[in-house]
Amino acid sequence: MPKATALVVDTLTSQLDVLQNEWLSELKKQGTGADHRISESELAQQGRELLQLLSAAVATGTDIQEEPWRAVRDFLDRLSRSRAQQGFTSNETATFVFSLKRPLFSRIRAAAKDAASLGDATWAATELIDALALHTVATFQKSREDVIARQQEDLLELSTPVVKLWDGVVALPMIGTLDSARTQVVMESLLERIVETGSEIAIIDITGVPTVDTLVAQHLLKTVTAIRLMGADCIISGIRPQIAQTIVHLGIDLESVTTKATLADALALAFKRSGLAVTRAKTA
Amino acid sequence: MDRIPILRMGEFLLVTIQVDMHDQLALTLQDDLTAAIQRLGAKGVLIDISALEMVDSFIGRMIANLSRMSRILDAHTVVVGMRPAVAITLVELGLSLAGVETALDVERGMRRLRASVGESGASIVDLGE
Repeated sequence: MPKATALVVDTLTSQLDVLQNEWLSELKKQGTGADHRISESELAQQGRELLQLLSAAVATGTDIQEEPWRAVRDFLDRLSRSRAQQGFTSNETATFVFSLKRPLFSRIRAAAKDAASLGDATWAATELIDALALHTVATFQKSREDVIARQQEDLLELSTPVVKLWDGVVALPMIGTLDSARTQVVMESLLERIVETGSEIAIIDITGVPTVDTLVAQHLLKTVTAIRLMGADCIISGIRPQIAQTIVHLGIDLESVTTKATLADALALAFKRSGLAVTRAKTA
Repeated sequence: MDRIPILRMGEFLLVTIQVDMHDQLALTLQDDLTAAIQRLGAKGVLIDISALEMVDSFIGRMIANLSRMSRILDAHTVVVGMRPAVAITLVELGLSLAGVETALDVERGMRRLRASVGESGASIVDLGE
């Protein structure tokens, strides 16, 4: 286990208050807290807590993945998560840790007796703070990714509403890009609804699908086939002119599928197939 | 259970698959069904798979084959009540069961059988007159 040079340990443990004050003024100079997203007292308190944890852990070594550093890591995890929620950028979050460098180096320089020990101590301190900042950014990134993943999941749920248009006619207005995962969800919810409602006609409206490539077409065909296997009919509607051109240029075979330009046309066809007719009410 | 019962309803045959199919059961059914169509002169076959929860490629092909064999023996065949999960599995396996007629439930399948036999039945009556 690499030992931090005695000078760094000494500086961190004995000069806590000086370090904290200098760090805080350094942070202010760089503009952290200037936009009032985080208050000065909160910033000071976070700095103090981190320095205390740091001084407790640094005596045991400088590998921050080791057990004695757990408290520091946990603190940084909490910190970067709250920073991510408050809308700080990853730069700003990393700067919080990096800005400790200047005060720490100046304290070390004041305490160093010769050039060699100054060099060693500076290097050890740099490595330590870099590791801490990297850890902070990694956690920051991860919490942002968690947010994205959760939103994606929400979107998946929201974007596949199966609506009943008429007795025996269900429709699925599809919005957004179709990938394998979404097709699976779409297919399942549509088939479930067909069984639930006993619908013989299902309309898939792709007005909201921005592009259709071979993969999307394949997903569509799979869904159509599954619907047919269940014993219902499928109509695809909402094919925009550009998409019709793309489909033909790509050589995708949609011959076996009933397609209509608009949802209204599809509904009219569904009515016709179920033997229904829409008539205008007689005005008195 | 080593056989799947084949029920006779007038000129139609009703096959209800209530258990998960294993390969031997499927082969036995093929023999039994073709023999029954021949013996009873059935005009239509309704295969109800609403209780079938699991399929593999063999069973999928077997369903398609049953339907084709019956058609060759001049019995109109409708497969009814396929579950969503089964439909998805078959599609993912690349089995689209082309040429197999399907319906949502027994009720609708029966209506379809009657309609198709009604058409051919009517022409026989016409000839007789």
